[in-house]
Amino acid sequence: MTADLTMPVVLLDAIIGMLAFGIAMSAIRLYLGPSLADRVVALDLIATLSVGMIAIYSVKTSMPVLLLVAIVLALIMFLGTIAFALYIQKGAPP
Amino acid sequence: MKDILAGSFFILGGLFSLLAGLGILRMPDSFTRMQAATKAGTLGVGCLILGVAIYFADLGDSTRALLVIGFLFLTAPVAAYIIARAAYHIGVPLWSGTVIDELKDSPDRGIGEDDQIMRGAGGAGAQKASASDHTTPNPEPATGDEPRTPDHDPDDPTDR
Repeated sequence: MTADLTMPVVLLDAIIGMLAFGIAMSAIRLYLGPSLADRVVALDLIATLSVGMIAIYSVKTSMPVLLLVAIVLALIMFLGTIAFALYIQKGAPP
Repeated sequence: MKDILAGSFFILGGLFSLLAGLGILRMPDSFTRMQAATKAGTLGVGCLILGVAIYFADLGDSTRALLVIGFLFLTAPVAAYIIARAAYHIGVPLWSGTVIDELKDSPDRGIGEDDQIMRGAGGAGAQKASASDHTTPNPEPATGDEPRTPDHDPDDPTDR
């Protein structure tokens, strides 16, 4: 994108493709998942891989400000997972 | 040199993220899926963000990147532990090839469903639930207060 990018763009695109493939497989598990815990874990993995994708995108666009977005997403992901776990334990249908 | 190191971390992190996705799709069990997603996913994204920290080579940006790693490594095991405990409590089935189940004879197994049944039956086994699991919410705390009369509306401010 910008001129001062010293990393080959093909490598960054390949990493983004790997992350997107992981997110796609996790979304399949989110759709299939026999129990609610599987779906919660799949959502957790989607959020984790999104943090990595934001980091790679900040390298690709040379915008290190996007790392703040990654910090916020990592924190919100934890809160959402804890809330889902409490929901499971309070007696949701499995 | 810096770019070679950062690129190596990017490739390693991308491969581990791919392994995490493959593990969550192909593992046979809820709990094995959980460990694949948590360990491989956290290591992969940790490698990616370490590569970002090396790539930017600036004090502020690298500190923010390392802060992301710190948050991930602090929160991912806690979240996986809590989900695994909740899944075990509601009786998610284990894989048929599971070798050891140390909590098999524990009364915690399946306490979520029993708790639902107990609540429906009027708290006949409430002391069993409170004795076996401290995290199970007691539906009727024995405070000795009078039960609320049905004509009292707590949402109505004029009804005191």
